[in-house]
Amino acid sequence: MLETLLPILIFAALGLAVIGAWRRIRLWRQGRPSVVPLFKGLAALPRRYLVDLHHVVGRDKVISNTHVATAGGFVAAAVLMILVHGLDLAQGILGWLLLAASACMFVGSLFVARRRRHPPARLSRGPWMRLPKSLMAFSLGVFLITLPTVGLLPSDAGHWLLALLLAAVVAWGLAEMVVGMTWGGPMKHAFAGALHLAFHRRAERFGEGNRSTGLKALDLENEAAPLGVEKPADFTWNQLLGFDACVQCGRCEAVCPAFAAGQPLNPKKLIQDMVVGLAGGSDAAYAGSPYPGKPVGEHHGSPHGPIVGRGGKALVDADTLWSCTTCRACVEECPMMIEHVDAIVDMRRFLTLERGETPNKAPEVLDNLIATDNPGGFAPGSRMNWAADLNLPLMSDLQQVDVLLWLGDGAFDMRNQRTLRALVKVLRAAEVDFAVLGHEERDSGDVARRLGDEATFQSLAKRNIATLDKYRFQQIVTCDPHSFHVLGNEYGELGGVYDVRHHSTYIAELHDAGRLAFSPWKGGSVTYHDPCYLGRYNGEYEAPRRVLEALGIELNEMQRSGFRSRCCGGGGGAPITDIPGERRIPDMRMDDVKESGAALVAVGCPQCTAMLEGVVDATAEVRDIAELVADALVVRPAAQAASLSRQPQLEEVS
Amino acid sequence: MRPEEQGVEVVVLVSVGRHPITGRARRADQDARGLELALGLEARLPGSRIGLLHAGPHREESESALRGYLGMTAGTGLDSLTLLEQAEGADAIPALAEHLAAAPPQLVITGARAERGEGSGLLPYALAEHLGWPLVNGLAAVEKVENGVATLLQALPRGQRRRLKVRLPAIVSVDAAAPAARQSAFGPARRAELEATPVAAELDLELAEWPMVPARKRPKRLKIVKSASARDRFKAAAAKAEGGSGQVLEGVSSEQAAEAIFKLLREEGVLPR
Repeated sequence: MLETLLPILIFAALGLAVIGAWRRIRLWRQGRPSVVPLFKGLAALPRRYLVDLHHVVGRDKVISNTHVATAGGFVAAAVLMILVHGLDLAQGILGWLLLAASACMFVGSLFVARRRRHPPARLSRGPWMRLPKSLMAFSLGVFLITLPTVGLLPSDAGHWLLALLLAAVVAWGLAEMVVGMTWGGPMKHAFAGALHLAFHRRAERFGEGNRSTGLKALDLENEAAPLGVEKPADFTWNQLLGFDACVQCGRCEAVCPAFAAGQPLNPKKLIQDMVVGLAGGSDAAYAGSPYPGKPVGEHHGSPHGPIVGRGGKALVDADTLWSCTTCRACVEECPMMIEHVDAIVDMRRFLTLERGETPNKAPEVLDNLIATDNPGGFAPGSRMNWAADLNLPLMSDLQQVDVLLWLGDGAFDMRNQRTLRALVKVLRAAEVDFAVLGHEERDSGDVARRLGDEATFQSLAKRNIATLDKYRFQQIVTCDPHSFHVLGNEYGELGGVYDVRHHSTYIAELHDAGRLAFSPWKGGSVTYHDPCYLGRYNGEYEAPRRVLEALGIELNEMQRSGFRSRCCGGGGGAPITDIPGERRIPDMRMDDVKESGAALVAVGCPQCTAMLEGVVDATAEVRDIAELVADALVVRPAAQAASLSRQPQLEEVS
Repeated sequence: MRPEEQGVEVVVLVSVGRHPITGRARRADQDARGLELALGLEARLPGSRIGLLHAGPHREESESALRGYLGMTAGTGLDSLTLLEQAEGADAIPALAEHLAAAPPQLVITGARAERGEGSGLLPYALAEHLGWPLVNGLAAVEKVENGVATLLQALPRGQRRRLKVRLPAIVSVDAAAPAARQSAFGPARRAELEATPVAAELDLELAEWPMVPARKRPKRLKIVKSASARDRFKAAAAKAEGGSGQVLEGVSSEQAAEAIFKLLREEGVLPR
């Protein structure tokens, strides 16, 4: 009886899956067009899945192995099942392979079941709790029905009732694993996730060491082009596809600084809300952690309805979007390669550019940027006041130098001025040929862009590019990772391509070239805080550590460091929009520092310095790397210095 | 009988502002507050209509500043501004008065003082004189409009408020006591229309004769606080700014009044002793 029932079941499930796929694809296609190479993307899929995705999944070995066993077993079992039971090609080895695949999947599903016994808070429950049972039903069912096929059991073994029961188990497995893949349910992630990998909006992020972190520019020339995202259908279709790929693993939630601070943001819930939006309905079915302070079930949306309601509630509240510090911790952790920050900034753009609803102090900051080219509203002519006694060379006088020192808006901040002075001292000690733009420099546009004001960003960027185009220099060095990111990764789209370096990178290079010598470190224990815009945005984790090592410092690393570094709370305009939470993000970071036992935390970003120094009763001192280097400078051995200045080409040979 | 609250027709006079530090053109702070007041009124009184009016030359710089006002109108029906196009240096008052008289609104809101040009703060008064309408300065809020009578809240120094009833049409001017202007959004500002109508230029001959020099900071009397304790210093800092030594002269002859003023000026060192 099974021989007749199984092909019917299998092909019915496949048929239903195809219909579901067509419906799902129609949902995604509600989004705006986005041109991606379809066949190239599909061809790149296996590599993106096996290398890039598993690089992220592999950070948790148990889960990674569980997934390999379960998913690998399932894919193999599904294909073989179609051949063996669907097309009745049971001869030879195929049946045995199917037995092995389903057994492998069953072992995997045991680990999934173990995981689900006491799931951590970040995991969603609801339908996900039945997944291990469904996996077992499929694997066990397929295993058992294959036993007679390969001859381990006589084909007429058992009662017909047993056969019917077995068929029901297999049907359950097929419904969850094959039909559920395209009709919704936990297995949707396999279908949407695979296509998302193939048609990802940032194809350039895949591959060893590649990253793609710059925001995409809005087309402001074309007046008909929409400004940001108002409704779910305003996302591009592959963004919608990306949201649909979410597995609700909650890794983003676990690392989100805003969520930890009790601000009303949970990246996982946000992505799920976008899924609710693209399909239409309410968020009542969501079974994970809510936005802190916002009960589930009160929000609803539709593909063509507003995401943020005017006055009333819609899909998402505005303060959720404004809680994000754009630290990219969620993107870094997401095994499905979803781009949360892009989506948040897209929605912020609409709120700022179309509605004029940037919260709290942000309108004032944006007005200042428009009127004075700096967020504090200072007179542009006072940008160089901090350096009145330093006699800094100006680009407008020299026209051509090796290094253009980009000061950033920290030039107006008395704390950052100390860092800048230290950096100038270091550059002079290494006899670097450098100059500054002086009053010609403007804000890089970082804050404006993260606050959604693309118009002000592009205006600042274009004027900065025009200024930079007047001069000749090898590279830009800056002590502000935000400027670094914007100049290096975001000006390119507007026509400004530069070789930009963070000061820690440049100091490391100078030290490697023997142009700096340090006295040995005499202070206490030190830890290093990775700025988001240096680390996750630009992949620079090594250079600051190399500099600190050169200073003779042995680092006391924090638990969350490197790519898992916790944000200081200063990015994305978060200190300006200032959405209330239960704790402050910088306080939590200083607690991390305290836990490491360090008496000093080295930083490399003016924002981090300001945020971490703002913590009361901190146990550690906050110093920029440039300050530590400047304090440790000693005169280079005379002979070396002389040979360097006389024959600079020597350093390249040695 | 329940008094009927009906929508009002408001015209907000807007000018091209000037940022105090960089001098860049922008929406003028007080005029933007005036528009904010009008938008608040529109939200409260359904059926209200707002018009934006500017008289001046049509240039790129001024256009982007004027669009700054239109950027405040997201979510409202307002999407255009009437521009009475004039040559540089023309007198705005006759043009504005003529336009307002041709289709009189019920309420004209304007900032107290322009940020560029003469900036004498006389425009509301001159306009009120031209039109023969009442004028209320330092407006803080429009409380209600009933049967052609508006109940207004006027701001007085040190946070005091005075409630006034004014028969419409009227002109009101706003200063820093009015609600702060909302954010100006790029999208609505870019889409909105400037309806430019050229008007006959009446050259401001007096203005043309005046020499213009950058403003100097005026000398300010230093408050000398002779006090030992922090409490006294705090009281002095929080006290009313006025000196207290002034006197009110009533019913005196003009010679006596002049003598009193002369004496004061000599005491203050403005005139040589």
